[in-house]
Amino acid sequence: MYELMIIGGGPAGMTAAVYAARKRLDAVLISKDLGGQAMWTGRVENYMGYQYIEGFELMSKFEDQVKQFQLEQKIGSQAMSLRRVDGGFEAVADNNERYQGKAAIIATGKRPRSLNVPGEERLKGKGLTYCAICDGPVFAGQKVAVIGGGNSALEAADDMSRIAEQVYIVSVTPFTGDKILVEKVRGASNVTAFLEHEVLSISGETLADGIEIRDMKTRKQKRLDVSGIFVEIGLMPNSDLVKGLTALNELGEIVVNCRNETDVPGLFAAGDVTNVQEKQIVISAGEGAKAALQAHKYIQRL
Amino acid sequence: MAAKEVKVYSTPTCPWCKKAKQFLDASKVTYQDFNVAQDHAARDEMVKKSSQTAVPVIIIDGEIVVGFNEPALKTKLGIK
Repeated sequence: MYELMIIGGGPAGMTAAVYAARKRLDAVLISKDLGGQAMWTGRVENYMGYQYIEGFELMSKFEDQVKQFQLEQKIGSQAMSLRRVDGGFEAVADNNERYQGKAAIIATGKRPRSLNVPGEERLKGKGLTYCAICDGPVFAGQKVAVIGGGNSALEAADDMSRIAEQVYIVSVTPFTGDKILVEKVRGASNVTAFLEHEVLSISGETLADGIEIRDMKTRKQKRLDVSGIFVEIGLMPNSDLVKGLTALNELGEIVVNCRNETDVPGLFAAGDVTNVQEKQIVISAGEGAKAALQAHKYIQRL
Repeated sequence: MAAKEVKVYSTPTCPWCKKAKQFLDASKVTYQDFNVAQDHAARDEMVKKSSQTAVPVIIIDGEIVVGFNEPALKTKLGIK
């Protein structure tokens, strides 16, 4: 049994790992990959010490720093569940590996929210994407639909308006993003907005070829022929692994106090998966540090 | 053993494409890099061969690896 299991390898998890290693804890870092959501962030201009850095590059630096320390890493292993066992906790990963720790820090972050409509699961990566910044350029010259009305959706629509033939933006609400982005999107000649419309289904055989939408007021349905679909409807906390073990708030975030403690002794959480206000790289890193220091104190008291 | 033919289909904005190329560079693997944001013929080829629109797509002697999957790349390239 390890002294500490750190689950999740984004800014919070990697910072916790460095702090745990410096406290000479017998710790393990378990994560499907390193970098987390910060990998998808293009420009980072508010992580102190760097005037400008790409999210991907910043996470490579985090990774290098983790590697400087003696710390066991289980990368490629995604923890699916966590339960209490005698003397601590046991995590079971997707590859059926089991890990045990006297204490645990959950730093599993958030993932893109799904539409939950027919065709979505099947056409993932086959026209449908949750990463406009990555896959957007693949659809140059084609017709695409962006789903969502917030900043991420508006940014995706703005980016795509420059390279796609036609961009549809479909949102269940009026635009909720920044005014400046709304103006940009409204001003683009090849963008058509369908506000207060919901997506009913995604169609296509081997590749996506269209979406079915419905006006939420008139209930009138309409089909849009598109080869690219960008889903940008917000994020969901990756808290499923502790559901039933500890308290979650109405958003599904793990409830922690200012010492990163959950309501289960020895179970800590940090970063975007928690109810801590503001989801920022610098904040997650700080929370990861706090959680590791608290976990160290907890282990010392055992 | 003859070197394997490795093709990387990527976009300049995708972080996992950069990760994948860093891994191939570090492993001293020679590969052809297709920027599908600009090269539409390569894009069509990628979509046709892999039925995938998500980058990176890496094709090693005809075998397709989607995303940056380090264990899969290692196996297919024979890297320990």
